[in-house]
Amino acid sequence: MTSAAISIEGVDKRYIGRGREVVALDHVSLRIEEGEFVAFVGPSGCGKSTLLNMIAGIIPMSSGSIVHDDRPVTAINRHVGYLTQADSVLPWRTVEQNVGLPLEYRGVGAAERQKRVAEMLELVDLKGFGKAFPKELSGGMRKRVALAQMLAYGPDTLLMDEPFGALDAQLKLVMQQQLLRIWQEQKKTIVFVTHDLAEAIALASRVIVFSGRPGKIKYVEPIDIPYPRDVFKVRFLPAFEAAYDNLWRELSPEIAKGEEL
Amino acid sequence: MTMRIDEGAAMGTSAPVSRAVKDFEAGLARRKLLVYVCQFAFGVAFLSFWQWASGRLIDPFFISSPAAVFGKLYTWLLNGDLFNHLSITLYATAIGFAIGSAIGFSLGLLFGKFAFLAEVLDPYITALYSIPKLALAPLFIIWFGIGIESKIAVSASIVFFVVFLNTFSGVREVNPIFIHATQIMGASQWGVMRTVIIPSAMAWVITGLKVSVPYALVGTVIGEFMSANRGIGFIIAQATGLFDTNSVFAGIIVLAFVGAVINGLLKITEGHLLRWRA
Repeated sequence: MTSAAISIEGVDKRYIGRGREVVALDHVSLRIEEGEFVAFVGPSGCGKSTLLNMIAGIIPMSSGSIVHDDRPVTAINRHVGYLTQADSVLPWRTVEQNVGLPLEYRGVGAAERQKRVAEMLELVDLKGFGKAFPKELSGGMRKRVALAQMLAYGPDTLLMDEPFGALDAQLKLVMQQQLLRIWQEQKKTIVFVTHDLAEAIALASRVIVFSGRPGKIKYVEPIDIPYPRDVFKVRFLPAFEAAYDNLWRELSPEIAKGEEL
Repeated sequence: MTMRIDEGAAMGTSAPVSRAVKDFEAGLARRKLLVYVCQFAFGVAFLSFWQWASGRLIDPFFISSPAAVFGKLYTWLLNGDLFNHLSITLYATAIGFAIGSAIGFSLGLLFGKFAFLAEVLDPYITALYSIPKLALAPLFIIWFGIGIESKIAVSASIVFFVVFLNTFSGVREVNPIFIHATQIMGASQWGVMRTVIIPSAMAWVITGLKVSVPYALVGTVIGEFMSANRGIGFIIAQATGLFDTNSVFAGIIVLAFVGAVINGLLKITEGHLLRWRA
């Protein structure tokens, strides 16, 4: 057995809000293997984004431990790529300067950086937009800039928090297909948070269902659809339908529960 | 397909310019020209009325007249007075502005980084801010004498507060997502400062600078009013003492002109530095 890419052990997250203690995550344990594509689904406020933030080291956990690539996560985790839900592209830098940012931080020389940036822009279909400022781009293009930026420095583990949530349906499919291609070509480990069950099934090799507050892992569904997958066609396969039924059965009572809160 | 439309729209399509677009742009250009013409006409009308009213409606002793004022300016220009006094005023303003904004910016960054320090000192800063800075001018004259140093001190103290408060707010306003995202990408403390905090605060800082340049000029001139032997403020104060309205108006017009030029330059600089903004 190879060592896990990410190993989450009995992680709790409690915080004090309005004079009472709220349990956001209750004793979550999970092993994510190297090269896996794992999707987190669950109702709003179930702590799936919180868990992602903890893997990234942005939020401290109340108890438990997270080990990523044999390193316990105790501070900002500089060995992952993180595509946040909100726009994280720096508006005062051009597309090129944004994509080159992680390389700049690593002291990569200008010539080398330029070459790498050009490659990445090609990869996400943004050739010719290097000199544009983010405000000149659409939301979907900015997401692709963030994706190029994340891939530019080649982290082995990618954390993605509803990266395609704000995109229109067609563009979403295009981006999903690009992501699958990159994942397969570059052998990444991906943890992907989404609200969209169909997206989770189309992309992931394993879908984790979180229960509503307190957040717990309720159910795990391995997706038995071989790669390479075509995200356009995958939803017509019987295996997709079966997975969807199982996941919906587990997820729907949680959503109803969330509504009552 | 969607992507292509998307990208075309975002970058401004290079499709042949249609007639409607041309007409629209020509209309905008015409309107702009009309504004310029009207602005010029207004100025001419105002000066003409002033010239006419002087001596007919009101004694020129009080309101002088455009001809006399421009005559005065012309004399100053020829005998070098304009250059001598204006250069002193501008020099004091520029140095005061530079010192005030450098200290304001540095302390603003520092306070923005250390929230505890900021919280402790908050009431004192508010109190200091509430003092009309011009009330400090006599004190500065005692400390630094009637030379240029006291004028620099007045304008620096005004500029300092505006820049400090704006920088401070700018740093506090930085989106934490940008900080976390860049840290994960491998940014050091300095890297975050250089690539996120300073550029993000820049919009605020520039606003602060823009507002404070006219203040710096005001500070210098007030300092010169109170006690000086050179500068535009000194000329105005001296002419007032001699009931020389021609020179008073000439001095005021110089200040108005300088203020307008500085504001124009700042606007251009701002437009360039903040070109990334929507």
